[in-house]
Amino acid sequence: MASQTRPRRRNLWIYAFLMPTFVLYGVYTIYPIVASYWYSFVEWNGFSAEQRFVGVSNYEAVLADPLFWSSVRITLLFMLVVAPLRIFGAFFLAILLNSPRLPFARFFRTVYFLPVVTTTAIIGVVMRFILDPGAGPVAAVVGLFGLPPVDLLGDSATALVTTALVYVWKFFGITMIYWLAALQTIPQDVYDAARVDGAGGARIFRHITLPMLLPFLLIITVLTIEDCFHAFDLMQTMTAGGPFYSTEIIEIYIYRWAFAASIPQLGFASAAAVLFGVLVLVVVALQAWATLTSQRLRSQGTEKGRA
Amino acid sequence: MSTLATSHRPRRRGWWLVALVLAAVAFLWVFPFLWMVSASLKSSGEIFAGGLGLIPETFAWENYGRAWTEGGFGHYLLNTVIVTVVTTAIVIVRCALAGYVIGRYRFPGSRLIIGIFVATLFVPTGYTIIPIVKVSLELGLLNSLAGMILALGGASNVAAILIYAGYFRRMPADLEEAAIVDGAGFLRVFLRIMLPLSMPVTATVGILTFLATWNAFFLPLVFSSTNPDLRTVSVGMQAFVGENSTDWAAMAAAGVISILPVVVLFVFMQKYFVEGIAGAVKA
Repeated sequence: MASQTRPRRRNLWIYAFLMPTFVLYGVYTIYPIVASYWYSFVEWNGFSAEQRFVGVSNYEAVLADPLFWSSVRITLLFMLVVAPLRIFGAFFLAILLNSPRLPFARFFRTVYFLPVVTTTAIIGVVMRFILDPGAGPVAAVVGLFGLPPVDLLGDSATALVTTALVYVWKFFGITMIYWLAALQTIPQDVYDAARVDGAGGARIFRHITLPMLLPFLLIITVLTIEDCFHAFDLMQTMTAGGPFYSTEIIEIYIYRWAFAASIPQLGFASAAAVLFGVLVLVVVALQAWATLTSQRLRSQGTEKGRA
Repeated sequence: MSTLATSHRPRRRGWWLVALVLAAVAFLWVFPFLWMVSASLKSSGEIFAGGLGLIPETFAWENYGRAWTEGGFGHYLLNTVIVTVVTTAIVIVRCALAGYVIGRYRFPGSRLIIGIFVATLFVPTGYTIIPIVKVSLELGLLNSLAGMILALGGASNVAAILIYAGYFRRMPADLEEAAIVDGAGFLRVFLRIMLPLSMPVTATVGILTFLATWNAFFLPLVFSSTNPDLRTVSVGMQAFVGENSTDWAAMAAAGVISILPVVVLFVFMQKYFVEGIAGAVKA
């Protein structure tokens, strides 16, 4: 008798422990995932209860909108500027910071990481001030060289690159920590052994550090690329997608149709969101593949090391 | 011995040179923050005169008063503290509870639950804002801090649950067996033994959640769009510039007020920040 009631009571406790997550996760994650697919098939302005089923016509409308394709192009372009600078720039910095001979390495790590923890939406506004052609310090530096004032954010030719560089600066520290974590997986005795064998710094770097870091390049690249899709906070506060849609990434495109339009087009925006979700899903699938591949490469590496 | 020392010294000098270059870049790196602090203390006249000086001619502390009262940042800061503290508490409690039972027990449906968690880990969830707003509206939670908190605390924290699950799974079984022999029940084992032992995970999860919530923008923006009283600092900053686009000095003061708490937290808790982020690569 007791042996039957005890597991049942135990299971009750288990389900009680899971309850907060079930409720919150169900309402705010599972249901929205399902619902956003449903919304993408209806016409709905958000005010009225009326939702008219329209089949795939929202998708047809999104795919026929040149501004949607422009936002896809801008999102990818943004990624192409940001990702390489973050991945290779942070790699270079992490190599320097990882050296036991570098003075103040911990201090530098703190300083270069600092922008990561600050509120992106606030940094976006502060950056508008810093880049302001009238009163900002960048304009003052340009003025020192006797050049005419530049409006980096107000010109559609320079706005995207400028926001991309700010984004690199803002999140550079994350990629730096990824690389430092990767570097710390190389055991110190490997270096010591190489030094005993008479290898110099350059040879150790080329024959030990680089090959052992290669598996991490994959996973760090995918993590950084995925990160590039979440530029809404910075973009909305720096340019709000302008001028002339030149910095309108997909997240801002969705926001504009769902929340910033005088008559919200929630069905249309949901269709765009689902399409964006598919794009991100491709990257996440790449991430899963990259994680598995890099784990395999690492385990092969250690086996080879042992043999 | 002496040859070793002489060959060592120039190399060491090279590293000092590297440190010098890194220091120069580091100055540029934090320049936006230095500029913000400096501008928050300058008079409006000095700001519009332009110039690159970081030390204000006169210290205009009244900028902070304008940001705090007229800009509403006293109120926004209070909102942000409430939202961040409560959300962090919710996330820690629910992720620790769920992580504990998933990590340590087999029960009917456990495989299914883990499967759903892992599946949603791989389904992008950041684009679900429209249904979140709709469901909050129907629950009467759209125009309240409570609604904002629930939405922030209910958003996917699968990673935190899995971190807890992994940590609890690795704990030795004899710990709880001894307690059960002493007559401790399910809840007591968790509260008295397991939870105190999971402090390192709780610190990492707590600090990363605190940071993400303090800095959140999209959700608070949408939840406060019809009610300015609900603004957090990140939303308030944008609104402030929209309404007082020329008052850069008070804007900079508002920025300092908003960012200082997370910077202080980071400086003291750096270890946990770094561990939390590094975990993504090591896993």
